[in-house]
Formats: sequence, structure tokens, C-alpha cells
Amino acid sequence: MADSATTTGGTLAVPAAPPAETRAMRLRNFWSDYRQSWVALAALAVIVALAIGAFGAPFLVPQDPYDLANLDWMDAFLTPGEVGTGGYVHLLGTDNAGRDMLSAILYGLRTSFVIGLSAGALALAIGITVGLTAAYFGGRIEALLMRVVDLQLSMPAILLALVLVAVLGQGVFQIILALVVAQYAYFARTTHGAATVERRKDYIEAARSTPLPTRRVLFSHLLPNVLPPLIVVATVQVASAISLEATLSFLGVGLPLTEPSLGTLISNGFKYIHAGRYWLSIYPGIFLMFTVVAINLVGDQVRTILDPRNSR
Amino acid sequence: MFGYLIGRLAQAVVVVFVMSIIVFVGVYAIGNPIDVMIDPGATAEIRENLIRQYGLDQPLWQQYFTFIANVAQGDLGRSMVYNTSVTGLVFSRFPATVELVLVSVFIATIIGIPAGLWAGYRPNSIGAKLIMALSVLGFSVPTFWIGMLLIMAFAVELGWLPSGGRGEVAQFLWFKTSLATSDGWAHVIMPALNLSLFKMGLLIRLTRAGMVEAMGAEYVRFARAQGLPDRQIVFSHVLRNISIPVVTVFGLELGSTLAFAVVTETVFNWPGVGKLIIDSIMQLDRPVMVAYLVLVVMLFVIINLVVDLIYARLDPRVRLKGGS
Repeated sequence: MADSATTTGGTLAVPAAPPAETRAMRLRNFWSDYRQSWVALAALAVIVALAIGAFGAPFLVPQDPYDLANLDWMDAFLTPGEVGTGGYVHLLGTDNAGRDMLSAILYGLRTSFVIGLSAGALALAIGITVGLTAAYFGGRIEALLMRVVDLQLSMPAILLALVLVAVLGQGVFQIILALVVAQYAYFARTTHGAATVERRKDYIEAARSTPLPTRRVLFSHLLPNVLPPLIVVATVQVASAISLEATLSFLGVGLPLTEPSLGTLISNGFKYIHAGRYWLSIYPGIFLMFTVVAINLVGDQVRTILDPRNSR
Repeated sequence: MFGYLIGRLAQAVVVVFVMSIIVFVGVYAIGNPIDVMIDPGATAEIRENLIRQYGLDQPLWQQYFTFIANVAQGDLGRSMVYNTSVTGLVFSRFPATVELVLVSVFIATIIGIPAGLWAGYRPNSIGAKLIMALSVLGFSVPTFWIGMLLIMAFAVELGWLPSGGRGEVAQFLWFKTSLATSDGWAHVIMPALNLSLFKMGLLIRLTRAGMVEAMGAEYVRFARAQGLPDRQIVFSHVLRNISIPVVTVFGLELGSTLAFAVVTETVFNWPGVGKLIIDSIMQLDRPVMVAYLVLVVMLFVIINLVVDLIYARLDPRVRLKGGS
């Protein structure tokens, strides 16, 4: 991992053209590499479609599932395709409270996306800071920081998250916090690995010999060169954050049914599968699966492109 | 080596100690378990008595020291919900989890290793691609959802297998296990398969990577030049060589199977320790939560300690670096 980062960083850093153009060219090259795999293209399309559905949910679906005034007990357990008292078709049926499943799923997907992305972003920021600090300063600071990181990595993320949720309680904020604590270590490890290699290079020595503040050296000189492996870890971690949140909610320690995520919906539907009411849990599960698998596939393709062993 | 051992041991003790404080304080900061336990109509006197009985009127640090002193004597407290000793409770649930984990590891091995070998032996065949695609699914699709699909397919639609519970248990040596009855096996097979999927994916990938690397190695070429059949090369030479890293990673992952069992046990209503901790979190059964978490932390610290020591034994550089 560390080696690949160096080589990629090294090749990218060679100024083949004026800086503004290199960035555009790099992006274009990246895209033409990305297009090589139709699976990855399909996965990207799925993510975009799901994101549009999730964030455009208020304009796309007939019902606001959070507003209890919209729910009618008469509509409970309608099978997919039935028309309810609202006068519109429930494409994916309704749940025990008469919630339109499609509406609930898209709103839930939005919650899942928001949690996954914000947990991923926060974990990335903290992980980068920890990893860079450890690699740059070395010595005792490094030993202490990385020992804690290693310790956390030795425990499964689900267990850490479970402990934290047990301690913090339920809610969106608590879940995000739990996920960040459980996941930052992956970023810290990757950053540290790449940065220890970069740190020994001449350009860092050069930057250090100038009166630049440490913050600048770390974030404007060291960071850009350790980014490629981090991008891959970030996609994987966002997928895993969404999946973890769903798992916690399914276990009943995540989000309450009043602000449902996909996991909460599945958990709620799980109670009714013995009654043959499969649509309550199957459909949110399918959306969850597509989201997680698609993000992972995109991550896989990005990894393939950034891996210098595959460069042509 | 001795100095390294002492250093690592000290670290492990410090970690367990710090984690126990965090868990204790954290868990005790949430809710009031007395409110959950007694019915709202109870008199203030009953309330007071209960609070005193559980020592909840003492300051937090004093409760912590009482807890530590009791733990030192092997007493992890009394469950507030089941009203029995936590140690007994956890150990009574433990065989169920262990048998689930064992069966799932077995399933992962008998499917994962041959599949991985094949995927590495013929990496461009359709079968290999299919195996790899399935391993990606095993990695990324959440366990609980697959478990639910299994229930829906085999329990609700087909009616072949029971959807949950542990089934009939019978005495085996000194403990009760469902692996001793056919009804028990019918109950264990689905949750074990569910729990094994993640491991199976991991095992397939590890074996495949090892196989691909080995097939290009000198010793395989020599064996081929000797005219040995591929079957013999793979099973008596390659398998032996790739088994070391596979077993190492797989052993390390055993601990995480215990963690994932929490999810599977909840889906299949399997009465193991994982189900116990989820129930305790829901019911605010603090002593059980604290005991479980401290035990799990200890387990992981021990696993890591052992792994570190083995590595240090094998690779002197680790010793020198870690000792400083």
C-alpha cells in the first residue's frame, strides 16, 4: 500500500504541463481509465440514481413518511401495486402503520447517505490529522498515536460501534459519532503508512527548511501526495458506514422508527416476514444492497486505476 | 524477549484497566435502571431499598472500586433483569455461541478453500469469476439481510428449516449442545451458514491470492517439469505452502466472528452471548453490559498479545522495534 502511494504520488507530481492543465488532464485520464469497466460504470450510474432518488425524495414520492398526519391505519399492509385511501398507487406496498414503502425507503436512503457520508468525511479528517501528525513528528507521539490506532483496528468495527451506541444512546448524531470513532483508525493507518514513506523525500526536507508553518508543510505539501490510497479507503469506509448503521439500526440500537433509516425499516419489516409480508423488509434491503455493493464496486475500480502496477 | 514480554503484558493490563473505566463510566451514565425494573406505581420506600441494594446511591468511583474488587474474586455482579449472577449467565450462554462459531468456521473452510483454490488455479474461467463475484457479495452485503433472506427462503417459503432458536439440546460431556441432536443441527445450519459468509469471502480471496502466486513459483515449475500431475502439485505442494498465511489470518479473524455473532444471533434468535448483550442494552441491564464488554476487551487483548508474542518469536526485528 505504502509503496503504491509513493509511486503514484511520484508520477503525478511530475509537471508535464502547466499546473492548471495537468489537473484537467489528470481528470480526463482518470475518466478514460474508469470507463474501461462497464461494471464500474453501471455501479456509478446506480449510485447517481440512488442519490437523486434519496435527496430528491420530497419531490419524487407521494408521501412524507415522517408526518404522522399523512398516515392512515386503513392503508396498513397494502400489497405492492395497491391503491390506498390517498388515491395513489403504493408501488412497493405499505407497512404496518400505512406508510408508503417507496416513500419511506427513499427518505430512509437519504438518512443512510447523510450518515454514511458525514461519518466518512469526519473519520477521514480525523484519521488524516492523526496519521500525518504521527508520521511527521515521529518518536513518542507516533508510538502513542499508532498504538491506539492498532488497538482499535484489532477490534471489529461493529463491536466498537455497538459499545459506543450502548454508551451514547440512540439518534443520528450518536450514530455518526460512534461510526467516526470506529472508523477513523483505518484512515489514520493508511495515511501514516503512506506519509512515513513520503516524509523521507527531498521535497519535504526542502519545505521544512523554509520558514513555513508546520501546518502548511503537513497539509499543503505532504497531504496531496498521500491522497490516492486514501480515496480508495474512503469509498470502502462510506459503504461500510452505511452498512454498519443499517446493522445497528436492525439490532434495535440505532435509529428509532420515527426517523427511519434503511436498517430501521428492515428491522420493522422483519417482524412481519412470518406473516408472508415480505415487501416490508425485502425492498429496503434491496436498496441497501445496491447502495453498498455499488459503492464498493466504484471503490474497486478506483483502486485498480490508482494501482501503479496496472498503469500502462 | 523477556523484556519485550513484560512490556507487552504491562501494556495489555493498562489497556484492560482503561477500557474497564471507560465502559463502566459510560454505561453508568445512561438512564436509570431502577425506573425500568420496578413498576411506576411502587412506593418511594421500595425504590430507595432497591437503589441501596444495588449500591446505586454510592458515588461513581466507589461503585467502580466495588466492581473491580468483585471482579478480582470472579464476581461480575448480578443481572438486574434475570436476577442471577452475571458470570453464570454469560457462561450459560457461551456454549451456544461457541457451537455456532465452530460450525460456521467449518462451513467457511470446506467451501472457501476449494473455491479459492479453483479460482486461483483457473483465474480466467467463468467459474472463477463467479466465485470471486460471490466473495465480493459475501463481503459487502450486510450479514443481517442475508440472514433474513435465508429465513424467508428456507423457513417461510419452503418450510425446510426452523427460522430461529436453538432447538433440542442434549448433554455432551459436561455441557449441553444442540450439535448432539438432529433437531439441533436443523436449527444451527442456517445461522452458521449466515455467519460463515463473510469468512468464506475472506478465505476465498486469501487462498486465491496464494494460489495465483504459487502457480508461478519455481517449485511448481519444477514439479511440473518432473511430470507430476496438477492434482498432486496443488494438494501436496501448493496447499502446504499457502496454508501458513491463510491459517494466520483466519485465526486472527476468529475473534471477529464472535463479534459478528451478535448480528446473526439476533436475526435467528439464537440464545448465545451476542443475543444476551443486545437484550441487555435494550433493557439497560448494566451489570451484564459491563461484564460482557470487559470480557470481550480482555479476549481481544489476549488474542493480540498472543499474536504479538508469536510474531516477536518469529521475527527479531519486531522485538527490537517494540522494546524501545
